[in-house]
Amino acid sequence: MSYLKFFVLAAPLALLSLGAQAQTTPAEQIAGYVAQSGQPAQAARGQEFFTSKHGKDWSCSTCHTAKPTVEGKHASTGKVIAPMAPAFNPQRFTDAAKTEKWFRRNCNDVVGRECTAGEKADLLSWLASLKS
Amino acid sequence: MHGGRKGRPAELVGLAQILIALPHPSRTVQPPCSARGTACSHPSAPGPESESMKKNLLSLACAALLALSGLAHAERGYAVAPNAKHQQECSSCHVAYPPGLLPAASWSRIMGGLNKHFGVDASLDTASTQEIGAWLQAHAGTDRRAREEPPQDRISKSNWFVRQHDEVSTATWKRASIGSPSNCSACHAGAAKGDFNEHAVRIPK
Repeated sequence: MSYLKFFVLAAPLALLSLGAQAQTTPAEQIAGYVAQSGQPAQAARGQEFFTSKHGKDWSCSTCHTAKPTVEGKHASTGKVIAPMAPAFNPQRFTDAAKTEKWFRRNCNDVVGRECTAGEKADLLSWLASLKS
Repeated sequence: MHGGRKGRPAELVGLAQILIALPHPSRTVQPPCSARGTACSHPSAPGPESESMKKNLLSLACAALLALSGLAHAERGYAVAPNAKHQQECSSCHVAYPPGLLPAASWSRIMGGLNKHFGVDASLDTASTQEIGAWLQAHAGTDRRAREEPPQDRISKSNWFVRQHDEVSTATWKRASIGSPSNCSACHAGAAKGDFNEHAVRIPK
């Protein structure tokens, strides 16, 4: 009886949380990008990518700071941007659609094209490695 | 360009319209009974009719005053029932500007060019673009001043915006706490909710 009660109460809650947002983890997303690119992620290469200007005006660190364990600031609107490193902001990289949306926009602004799966794997593995 | 007529606030225009609409005894011309298709029953004594006319005038005057206060209020507030998607997506980079601050044509161009949005890529998935776009169209500005399509579709380049902020110096706009005229909420705490009441303005140091 109590099992039934638990099921009746818990099942809709579980469905609700699934429907609200496709939950994932930084590790899962890194694994996904690594599988797509077919080569292992390199955190050092991610850091290099993050702080380079790629021949244009901005780098990722223009808005996110060079070590994004702290808050950044939007270059044109001045809006405060929460830390990118998951250890300092547990909400980061828990929604795959959101991750893809911002990679699409920001790679276009910074690099002038979409980032490759390999670049995304490198970037995420560097951000996930920042613990202090 | 829809040049605004200076010194003729919306509430005055509204009042004039209401006054014109008010029935005046001398203006009340009744069509012939035959045209109205009703039985003719001209009152023999004018007494009761002029009494009811007075009452009508009084209630119409009250209605006019109510409408007037409503208009005055509407000029300062752009509050509409919020749309969750609009709030979530637009406010990830800036104040989710209330739809009434731009005309429909400007919103249409903005939503059609999100991949080049004032210098950055702000593109969205198709479903979100459509939802937010439709909501902006439904609540776009229609009052006298918001009918103007400002240069580059920038709210801050609208004639009314420039006039309203003409006492703010360039140095004030450039303060670190403000940054630019697009940062409404630096001075208007209720901006995201469409509240731009000038009595609540606090300019930060």
